[in-house]
Amino acid sequence: MAKAAESSGDPGTTSPRPLMRDLKAVGKKFMHVLYPRKSNTLLRDWDLWGPLILCVTLALMLQRSSVDSEKDGGPQFAEVFVIVWFGAVTITLNSKLLGGNISFFQSLCVLGYCILPLTVAMLVCRLVLLAEPGPINFMVRLFVVIVMFAWSIVASTAFLADSQPPNRKALAIYPVFLFYFVISWMILTFTPQ
Amino acid sequence: MATPAAPAGGARSGAGPEWGGFEENIQGGGSAVIDMENMDDTSGSSFEDMGELHQRLREEEVDAEAAVAEEEDGEFLGMKGFKGQLSRQVADQMWQAGKRQASRAFSLYANIDILRPYFDVEPAQVRSRLLESMIPIKMVNFPQKIAGELYGPLMLVFTLVAILLHGMKTSDTIIREGTLMGTAIGTCFGYWLGVSSFIYFLAYLCNAQITMLQMLALLGYGLFGHCIVLFITYNIHLHALFFLFWLLVGGLSTLRMVAVLVSRTVGPTQRLLLCGTLAALHMVFLLYLHFAYHKVVEGILDTLEGPNIPPMQRVPRDIPAVLPAARLSATVLNATAKAVAVTLQSH
Repeated sequence: MAKAAESSGDPGTTSPRPLMRDLKAVGKKFMHVLYPRKSNTLLRDWDLWGPLILCVTLALMLQRSSVDSEKDGGPQFAEVFVIVWFGAVTITLNSKLLGGNISFFQSLCVLGYCILPLTVAMLVCRLVLLAEPGPINFMVRLFVVIVMFAWSIVASTAFLADSQPPNRKALAIYPVFLFYFVISWMILTFTPQ
Repeated sequence: MATPAAPAGGARSGAGPEWGGFEENIQGGGSAVIDMENMDDTSGSSFEDMGELHQRLREEEVDAEAAVAEEEDGEFLGMKGFKGQLSRQVADQMWQAGKRQASRAFSLYANIDILRPYFDVEPAQVRSRLLESMIPIKMVNFPQKIAGELYGPLMLVFTLVAILLHGMKTSDTIIREGTLMGTAIGTCFGYWLGVSSFIYFLAYLCNAQITMLQMLALLGYGLFGHCIVLFITYNIHLHALFFLFWLLVGGLSTLRMVAVLVSRTVGPTQRLLLCGTLAALHMVFLLYLHFAYHKVVEGILDTLEGPNIPPMQRVPRDIPAVLPAARLSATVLNATAKAVAVTLQSH
């Protein structure tokens, strides 16, 4: 019994082997998001480490250094965090109410992992913003964000669509679309100091 | 000495008669819940299952230790051993009872099944209801049907939030207290829930046949017109166009809601009060959303640089025109300062 507990991700152990194993699991799921196929990996062995890492990364990068406290229009860390997690919770509740047979944490896991393309878009945008501003700059960022937004939606659809009754897929996917749209919009309109 | 030793083994399983009161307080029966303890989840890393397993293991260890410890205690310390064992038993019972009560309370309040019937819709139904929300029906002699669902209204409120965010960002709105996202969500949800409640209260005073759910659904679908108008006019910044849409689209969706309410109310005064209030609030809200969150900076900027500039470029480009000498970054000057500078320059 004790052995089984230890080998299945028991949080009480102190040996480093579960850490490497967990990191590998997170990395494997990242790969699954980047190359979305219809598979069960994200659903079967869900974990919330990946979404946490992605959310923190996104929130840190979206922070403006508020030199001028008047121009506080930029999303702060807490705002991004709250949007991501409450958005994911709302979508999960919605898909459960529509009759989906996915569990609460599985859905959170999928939605969190599918933020990965948008985090990549954020990194690319930060790099592009180092060049001089102008219409071309904006068009490049717009293109990148749109592509990554579509990628996120495709990835999350590939994982979530099977859990919905077949005629209500559109109803469950629409809030996912809105959720990633809001995040993409925050990324696109981000301008650093 | 025999007495302290005896209950050690049965400390966890049996509740002595004096502690039976804990279990009696617990309410019975829960229905379907957010399944945190998931039956269909066969994942190996499900931490709630692991948590329970871990808990059970630890409790067994603690019991084994307790059994060993209290034997030593019993032999050595006499009275103190007895007290220690009693307090352990009390603590254990309290923990068990507290845990049970907490999980029952959680299953009672987190029961989302009460909302399930309101989300029982098909995409075709949602589509047809969206279209119908723009078509006022003239039949006011007997009550018109209102679909009592919450999916459509909820999605429309979220869509309105997204559109509002878009409008606030492109117009460079500055929010001093709070954040953009918080303001958008607060405004939209506040309107939907607040005005629904207010009109429901008025309907109660005016003896109208409408339930709270129906009012929420009616007003929610009435926001479809708002979404359309704002989506178009946040991108095409023409005042005349906005007023045309405000009257046309806003008017249509208001008329639809008014017609439904009129068909469910008796008496001219009551109808006037109810429908007048709803119409006024609905139309004024659209005006408010357009003007408060979408500062018309375009008119001023156009005088500087010409009309054909996409909105995203304005912030970095026009600062040099206003203050060529100073090397201020774009984010330091806000829209008001720009406007002030422009008016000062033009005089």
